Amino acid sequence: MKIFVCIKQVPDTNEVKLDPKTGTLIRDGVPSIINHDDRNALEEALRLKDRYKDVEITVITMGPPQADVALREALAMGADRAVLISDRAFAGADTWATSNTLTAAIRKLGHYDIIFCGRQAIDGDTAQVGPQVAEKLDLPQITYVKHLEIQEDMVLAHRALEDGYEALSVKMPCLLTAIKELNVPRYPGVKGVFEAYREKTVELMSAKDLDIDPDIIGLNGSPTNVKRTFTPAPKGKGMLLDGCSKETVKDLFSRLKDKNII
Amino acid sequence: MNFALTKEQEMVRKLMRDFSENEVKPLAAEIDETERFPRETVEKMARYDMMGIPFSKKYGGAGGDMLSYAIAVEELSRVCATTGVILSAHTSLGCNPIYQFGNDVQKEKYLIPLAKGERLGAFGLTEPNAGTDSASQQTVARKEGDYYILDGTKVFITNGGEADVYIVLAMTDKAKGNKGISAFIVEKDFAGFSIGKKENKMGIRGSSTTELIFENCIVPKENLLGEEGKGFSVAMQTLDGGRIGIAAQALGIAQGALDESVRYMKERKQFNKPLAAFQGLQWMAAEMATKIEAARHLVYNAAYRKERGLSFATEAAMAKLFAAETAMEVTTSAVQIHGGYGYTRDYPIERMMRDAKITEIYEGTSQVQKMVIAAKLFK
Repeated sequence: MKIFVCIKQVPDTNEVKLDPKTGTLIRDGVPSIINHDDRNALEEALRLKDRYKDVEITVITMGPPQADVALREALAMGADRAVLISDRAFAGADTWATSNTLTAAIRKLGHYDIIFCGRQAIDGDTAQVGPQVAEKLDLPQITYVKHLEIQEDMVLAHRALEDGYEALSVKMPCLLTAIKELNVPRYPGVKGVFEAYREKTVELMSAKDLDIDPDIIGLNGSPTNVKRTFTPAPKGKGMLLDGCSKETVKDLFSRLKDKNII
Repeated sequence: MNFALTKEQEMVRKLMRDFSENEVKPLAAEIDETERFPRETVEKMARYDMMGIPFSKKYGGAGGDMLSYAIAVEELSRVCATTGVILSAHTSLGCNPIYQFGNDVQKEKYLIPLAKGERLGAFGLTEPNAGTDSASQQTVARKEGDYYILDGTKVFITNGGEADVYIVLAMTDKAKGNKGISAFIVEKDFAGFSIGKKENKMGIRGSSTTELIFENCIVPKENLLGEEGKGFSVAMQTLDGGRIGIAAQALGIAQGALDESVRYMKERKQFNKPLAAFQGLQWMAAEMATKIEAARHLVYNAAYRKERGLSFATEAAMAKLFAAETAMEVTTSAVQIHGGYGYTRDYPIERMMRDAKITEIYEGTSQVQKMVIAAKLFK
């Protein structure tokens, strides 16, 4: 079985700071990590490799040269192959241009049975790239996967919903997006770190390698225009209902009804 | 000259930090309070190839380097000095003598399972009457046919009772003084070997420190480590390397105490200001940070020199002396910064101060380190 895992290197912070002039992320001094959901996607691929024979995992990322570290970490966790799609021509891509680029790279990389993505990245929060890649490759997809089984050429998955889950099955090849409920990712092993740097390589793919129309990648190929980014003003203070619980619950219900919440 | 860590070492630091924060820190207070050996942590460390970091893959190790190993001990000790010393004693004192002095058969039989973390190692040199004067060994080993018969008692043995394999020093020829000492590999199940009293300690209380008792203990002659009569050299060279591990442990304890102090100083308010706004306390923190950084350079330099095959005994002694004293000073200051809270077990600071003290004592007291350093000066 051949598995591709698409990952993204993101800044490790819950308090993303924005440059007020350009509206872009300030990355200086912020350590970079593999996006959380992508780590779950990789972990699930590694579990399939633990369970079944002849599983080969290729980790793919589009990013600047520094994204090499994220790929090395994925190799240290147990991935077999790593591909860095990097070119100045890809810079400034929105999700549409990103999925164009990933799709072109995946076509070049050949046969696969499963493509794993994380649900969404903590820096952009769009959850669009995985589904777009599936559409462009004309693949069946299951998003928000929280449980997974393989039966012959079928993937059986639980797709998380707000109030439960859907049990779905699709024939491979397919694309799945992982959420954190899917598993607890392993740490890279110390031995894996040394192997990742000394024995494994990160393959590079540039725009030229992809034979891709320059008008559908990078800033040029991005229909999204960021007009302005800002930190939303903090919400007002909450209201505390004081008193005996019978009264306060009654009060709460009438307030919720007034607002048409219940 | 290059002071930057390699990308590999940076990644080892990151994974050790994540592992320590998530797997080790949550147990630190409990294992200290109950004197419980954290067996589950040792198993997890084995799973992630942390039990043989500086040894080649051929011998079951991670194929890494001394500095990565020192970073691993530092990061563990930053949250739990007990876990740091379990790894340090296992790697530097249990595995390394076999790596450095063992023959191929011994490496195959003992080093591979040790470096993989399938078995735990320990080292027995100290005796009731042979502490700093470690050459005055009273444990004897007499040869009888294909065996050595060991008799005697070791004390203060880290990982005692928990380890599967012990490097044990004993006199094979009393008349020759320290040239009559030999080293042996002893398995926990060898007839005549038992574990004595477990120490009730001030710090590193989750670490098991015990007596080792040998009563007609039968050791096969092929378990002689190195040559007969060369055991004192095995022990001294082992301790030279071990000091890097303990220096890294001290460094980690100090860093952990500083990190806790900085966080506390930002949160705790007095006179309507956070403690971090008071210059007197800022200066304390600045001095702590500076000493830690100096200690780090000494420790990393000693590890780097050992890795490169350069002389490192003096540098390791300096690193251990300075890092241990830094750990004691910094943790004492950290308790002071935390005030009354720092003196309680609601905060990890008092534990760090108790843990720091041992780094000035074991694997050569601070005074022994000065002897080693001075011996080089006045050679």
